[in-house]
Amino acid sequence: MVMAAPGTQRAVLRARNLGKVYRTGEGEVHALRGVDLDLWAGEMAVLLGPSGSGKSTLLNILGGLDSATSGEAWFEDHDLTRQDDRDLTRYRREHVGFVFQFYNLISSLTAFENVALVTEIATRPMEPGAALRLVGLGERLHHFPAQLSGGEQQRVAIARAIAKQPEVLLCDEPTGALDSQTGVLVLEAIESIHRELGTTTVLITHNAVIADMADRVLVLGDGRIQQERRNPQRRPARELAW
Amino acid sequence: MRLHPLDRKLLRDLWHLRGQVLAIGLVIASGVGLLVMSLTSLEALRDTSAAYYERYRFADVFAQVKRAPESLAARIAAIDGVQSVETRVVRSAVLDVRGFDEPVMGQLVSVPENGEPLLNRLALRAGRYPQSGKPDEVVLSEPFALAHGLGPGDHLRAVMNGRWRNLVVVGVALSPEYVYTMGPGALMPDDRRYGVLWMGRETLQAAYDLDGAFNEVSASLLRGTNPERVVDAMDRLLDRYGSRGAYPRADQASHWFLTNEIDQLETMARFLPTVFLAVAAFLTNMVVARLVAVERPEIGLLKAFGYGNAAIGWHYVKFVLVIGTVGTLLGWFFGYWLGLYSTTMYADFYRFPFLLFRPSAGPFLLAAGASVGAALLGAIGAVRRAAALSPAAAMQPPAPPLFRRNRLPLPRRLLERLDQPTRIVLRQTSRWPLRSLVTSMGIAMSVAVLIVSMQWLDAIHRIVDVYFLQAQGQDVTVGLVEARSNAAVRELARMPGVMAVEPMRTVAAKLRFGPRVVRDAVQGVPSHQSLYRVYDAQGTALDLPAEGLVISTVLADRLAVRPGDTITVEVLEGRRPVLEIPVVATFETYIGRPAYIDIEALNRAMHEPPSVTSVHLRVDPMYETRLYRELKQMPQVSAVNLRSAAVTTFNETLAKTMLIYVGFFIVFSATLACGVTYNAARIALAERARELATMRVLGFSRREIEYILIGEIGLLTVVALPLGAGIGWLLARWLVRAFQTELYRVPFVVEPSTFGWAILGGFLATLASVLLVRRRLDRLDLIAVLKTRE
Repeated sequence: MVMAAPGTQRAVLRARNLGKVYRTGEGEVHALRGVDLDLWAGEMAVLLGPSGSGKSTLLNILGGLDSATSGEAWFEDHDLTRQDDRDLTRYRREHVGFVFQFYNLISSLTAFENVALVTEIATRPMEPGAALRLVGLGERLHHFPAQLSGGEQQRVAIARAIAKQPEVLLCDEPTGALDSQTGVLVLEAIESIHRELGTTTVLITHNAVIADMADRVLVLGDGRIQQERRNPQRRPARELAW
Repeated sequence: MRLHPLDRKLLRDLWHLRGQVLAIGLVIASGVGLLVMSLTSLEALRDTSAAYYERYRFADVFAQVKRAPESLAARIAAIDGVQSVETRVVRSAVLDVRGFDEPVMGQLVSVPENGEPLLNRLALRAGRYPQSGKPDEVVLSEPFALAHGLGPGDHLRAVMNGRWRNLVVVGVALSPEYVYTMGPGALMPDDRRYGVLWMGRETLQAAYDLDGAFNEVSASLLRGTNPERVVDAMDRLLDRYGSRGAYPRADQASHWFLTNEIDQLETMARFLPTVFLAVAAFLTNMVVARLVAVERPEIGLLKAFGYGNAAIGWHYVKFVLVIGTVGTLLGWFFGYWLGLYSTTMYADFYRFPFLLFRPSAGPFLLAAGASVGAALLGAIGAVRRAAALSPAAAMQPPAPPLFRRNRLPLPRRLLERLDQPTRIVLRQTSRWPLRSLVTSMGIAMSVAVLIVSMQWLDAIHRIVDVYFLQAQGQDVTVGLVEARSNAAVRELARMPGVMAVEPMRTVAAKLRFGPRVVRDAVQGVPSHQSLYRVYDAQGTALDLPAEGLVISTVLADRLAVRPGDTITVEVLEGRRPVLEIPVVATFETYIGRPAYIDIEALNRAMHEPPSVTSVHLRVDPMYETRLYRELKQMPQVSAVNLRSAAVTTFNETLAKTMLIYVGFFIVFSATLACGVTYNAARIALAERARELATMRVLGFSRREIEYILIGEIGLLTVVALPLGAGIGWLLARWLVRAFQTELYRVPFVVEPSTFGWAILGGFLATLASVLLVRRRLDRLDLIAVLKTRE
């Protein structure tokens, strides 16, 4: 099911009849069953669903981390399902920013260096310090992950993700490892980035409250998009509580 | 039988880590294999030589005289402690073998006309003993017979007491007296130019005018008898018959060489296996420590369920035991095979008629104990940590390691210009200095082992260079049956092709200083030599003073003398004067323990007309064959040594054994390097898999993350290679001293090319391991990275 966006927005990410089957020793797991999706430039979308609904699988395919079993996935005019490993690596390098549930920072690099890790290989990066200041960590540039709190680590991860100025920002349960207060801080950072840079942002979460901060909410279940709704008004992150 | 779940887990872990288990196992196997090889070879050599001596009744005491009556044998037999006595006639002779122009020397040894000798029996390999009434029958020593393709029924000629005799070969034999068969003045066995011939006693007595007499006596002793006491008693009896001094089996040339070889094997057995087992201990520690770190949550869970510390500790001990057992079994297999191979080689070289390779359990058990012990020692810290974790702490993920900025000893400006992947490599390496050191040391040791083994080849080149090529300007050295006047020198000078001559006089003597006595020879040479030069180990030619002795440092150490001391020289021939001669200087030499004196001073001291016992000749190559033919005709010639043949034999003999050992050590060294780097790389990959996968997700290519994994190993290798060169240099130096014997000293010389080859070898072995591990990077699970925590 595809909902047409108002105006003449372009779709940055598209999926058509996307399917993914995992073969385990015992049988098959249908993680995605014919998903159709458009993600528009500049929008913030939330993929909401319980564990096993297929939201991570969908994110992985759209992020060039996994291959589909059937259907198509497009980034602008690039067919992701036909690309080889080298092309997908380049796609991730140039066009996608990732934020993981468990931060995934490099422990032997400082906050600044973790961001520089990505800016050094990007084509049109921000200055690492600027990216960190955007997320409110201007005073913590030279701290190692071991010296940062969970929320700070996640904000470094966000800075790392957007420092290359990607077209797409994919966040997989960014607050999953944090308490609600810290989680709100992280969401505020994501919100701020989205506002400043206009990056197409996709958030995966099982927390329905977080869905209120998005333009659009796609509810997944059993490998399909069960429901799609627009938020008439986005709630500021600081108003969220769980 | 149902396996306990923990044991099932153990088996799965072992299978999962099979590459590392095998790598460590191979390092352990190298140590075990080396130890087993050395010890079993040692055991076999000892057993074989002991059995050989026993079976063929190798005598315990020997003495040579000029001529003594047969009746003296009974008096010798009456000496307290003597079990049996056998007198013989032993003479040297020039031989003529068809198809071989060069002079060949032979030792003629008498055997009873009927029956076997009482002592020093022969191991007949073909044919029979000479029969009574057949004076021309001989039994040849097997090496000599094989070298010339001679067997029963063949003929050769010998000059016996000035007359040519046609001899017929009736048998081929080996003897415990000639395990190491060397001609007079030779350094190495030269089977083509020196052999032993056993002939009927009456034949030899008749040929050399020794009817009713003997010129050589051997005695066996009762168990527990002190040989020196019997030697002294025999000296008292034999002195008046021109004895050069009785000597025990320990000083018998063949036995002495064999003993030296066994001593060196022992040294090797101590040193090299220790290196390998020590490295194996460290490797095991690394693997088990990592395993424990990765399994923290599981350990916590087990403890929460009620498993005690002992059970958990025992689980990891079992892991180590399996690795140790794998290595031990492999090592036993290699060690046994190598021991058999090495012993067979020795048996071949030393001409044992049989080989007793019946290794006892001792070497295997010792090796097993050492290897498993080393592995357990290495893992003990990790195992203790595993057991000591509290359940709650264990189930928490460990805090990320704290790094520090600017810890690297690099200029700040350089640090600032480093890219992040390089920074990761440098920080990971410096964060765990002990682990990095262990990896580097492992690689360094493999380079060091290569240097130590290849240094032997450099040393041999140096010995040949200094001892043969520089020092010896003569082409031929002619030994005379007995001391002759200088007329012999002039006679030789007139022979065809002889361009220069130089005399030498060697007298057998006991050298005494205080309570220390050495039975050896004093060599009189011209004070300014032109052919046979006295060279020290540094390659400096020494001129002798007009008076006084110049002795080798080895001899000086044996006697505990220094320049300025006066030693007593009890000459054992001629008028047998007892001389007091000062030691004027000492010098270092690679071979033997010579003592030199100016030949004129020696002749004066002997109170005899000037005489010589050997003459060095420089020969025009065009006249060589003619000269050899004429030398063969000269009855006064007892030995002819060709320098070119000596060099060839030296190289061939040493090269044969050396190259094989160097080959073994190259394999061992590669095993060490591969084992260490493979493990280090696997551990690094396991620990950094998440970070490396993260970087792949962020858009780093495979090549770029390879740099991080390989960069760390590469950095450690770059540090290790020169470190290994340094350690190799030091170890070679130490070993050279440990391998010193009285026969020869290995010079300490390591050519630049040896360093080059060793470093290249270490590098290639490391590269091979890294390439193996690199393939695993392709299998990083990027998706799993997103979900799992540290």
